[in-house]
Amino acid sequence: MPSSVEDQVAHHLAARARWRPLEYVFWLAAVASVFLLPGRHLILTEIAWLALFALSLDLILGYAGIISLGHAAFFGLGSYAGALLAKYGIVTEPVLALLVSGLCAAVLGFGTSFLVLRGSDLTRLMVTLGVALIMREIANQIPQLTGGADGLQGVIVGPILGMFDFDIFGHVSYVYCLIILFVLFVLARRIVYSPFGLSLRAIKGNSLRASSIGISVNARLVAVYTLAAFYAGVAGALLAQTTAFASLDVFSFERSADLLLVLIIGGTGYLYGGLIGAVIFKLMQDWIANLTPQYWQFWIGLVLVLIVLVGRDRFGSWTGGVRALAARMLRRFSGGVAPVPVPPGEGR
Amino acid sequence: MAAVLETVGLEKHFGGLTAVAGLSLRIEKGARHALIGPNGAGKTTVINLLTGVLRPSSGRILLEGEDITSLESYRRVRRGLARTFQINQLFLDLTPLETIGLAISERNGLGAQWWRVVGSNPVVVEEIVEILARFHLTDVMYERTGNLPYGKQRLLEIALAIACRPRVLLLDEPAAGVPEDERHEILATVAALPPDVTVLLIEHDMDIVFSFADRISVLVNGALFVDGPPEEVARDPRVKAVYLGESLDA
Repeated sequence: MPSSVEDQVAHHLAARARWRPLEYVFWLAAVASVFLLPGRHLILTEIAWLALFALSLDLILGYAGIISLGHAAFFGLGSYAGALLAKYGIVTEPVLALLVSGLCAAVLGFGTSFLVLRGSDLTRLMVTLGVALIMREIANQIPQLTGGADGLQGVIVGPILGMFDFDIFGHVSYVYCLIILFVLFVLARRIVYSPFGLSLRAIKGNSLRASSIGISVNARLVAVYTLAAFYAGVAGALLAQTTAFASLDVFSFERSADLLLVLIIGGTGYLYGGLIGAVIFKLMQDWIANLTPQYWQFWIGLVLVLIVLVGRDRFGSWTGGVRALAARMLRRFSGGVAPVPVPPGEGR
Repeated sequence: MAAVLETVGLEKHFGGLTAVAGLSLRIEKGARHALIGPNGAGKTTVINLLTGVLRPSSGRILLEGEDITSLESYRRVRRGLARTFQINQLFLDLTPLETIGLAISERNGLGAQWWRVVGSNPVVVEEIVEILARFHLTDVMYERTGNLPYGKQRLLEIALAIACRPRVLLLDEPAAGVPEDERHEILATVAALPPDVTVLLIEHDMDIVFSFADRISVLVNGALFVDGPPEEVARDPRVKAVYLGESLDA
């Protein structure tokens, strides 16, 4: 029955990309938070742009295996671009400004992607860190444009689509960030399940073999690095628009390092890691800072050490466990998905 | 007969060491050509030069008459030159299904597609199924490659090269490390390769070489030592002296 095997294979491949029940739960919870937690919209806004920023890092780290300690370079550029576009009235409509800011960051990403093509993880850590430091120093040296160490003041962001004005409670900000996050998430999700996304996972797994089956490894890495820079730039611009401010710390080393922590908490390589990590990280930060304002750094350090001691593999297997559970539930609910078909004569 | 793959004065030095010394090799279209030689003769270096993993110090490589010496690895694959590795080089986190699907998508120029879902193309699916069945991988196609037994991984190693639909296939010790009882499965698939695919086989096992090859080149110290049909090479006293003596007479 060759045709039935083909149907099953096609079905199986299509099922990989289908939305799982837990994903619906996640996004319904996000929508519910808009209505159920109106007093928490300011921190939820921060969670939303941080989640987008972490999603950006997951695209290069979790899928293409490029580790970075300088992802704030793109976030920062997007942030200043977003603030400057609004301040000087170049692009007054926020969504369009977001796109332009993302494109600025993407140009920087494309330009610096060639630096991370070769070399070990250590080389990549140093190169990405260096790029972020350079960006910070450039911003520091042109205070007439960036406001230097004082930050960029006097930014007034126009209404979204000309209709929705930002308010001080963060209601509009949160809905705005959440919608942008969702749209870009869906796009990322589409990409990672495409042949392009599969080729990234192959490159991460074994770049020697990837080039031996005709994959242009460098071109794919440049493409995903540029895409991730776009995402990071949009996240930075969201920060600038929702706070009407940009300062040098958008480029800071701590921002890049925290981002890595966010992604490690949430787990890499399944897209939700950055989102879940952002929720946990921000809530933990908020909670600990309320308990002991001075010792926030201590606790975050402790968490970092614990995570490293427990091991990223363990975290991977936790998320793996969740995913396996989700897959089992999916199979039970949908009922009909046959497991591995064994044609006659193939059994061992 | 026209040479489908040819090297002209190929050299490779690693520092002071000469791994390949002025090698001029001709592989005819449709041949079952074996490249043999004692350990350290430079066989794997030759494969790495042919596939573009390494750049030669001097000399040229011609594929179907065209100079591919400075062509990048992936471009050579797209021109029909595929290889397998002596030590498995697989995507351990992907399933055989995804692995083969990826290779076929790349070959069809669909690899950079970022909008469609993998496997939404029925032609690709048909070919995936056909290749997995031919290499006895259908029963494990949904499993993570890293969890497969070694023999199955070895089959996938060859299947992956075949999925690139090569005109010239370089097999680097296809049966290396495979347990005795699984060997015949590998060798049967190698023997069943389509006749229009030219095969260059690197192998230590003389039984395999003499049952498979219609032409043998002996490499010693990075240079071509003897080149000819199997009977001739087997009779050659010089070959016996440097290499074959013990393994043939045993």
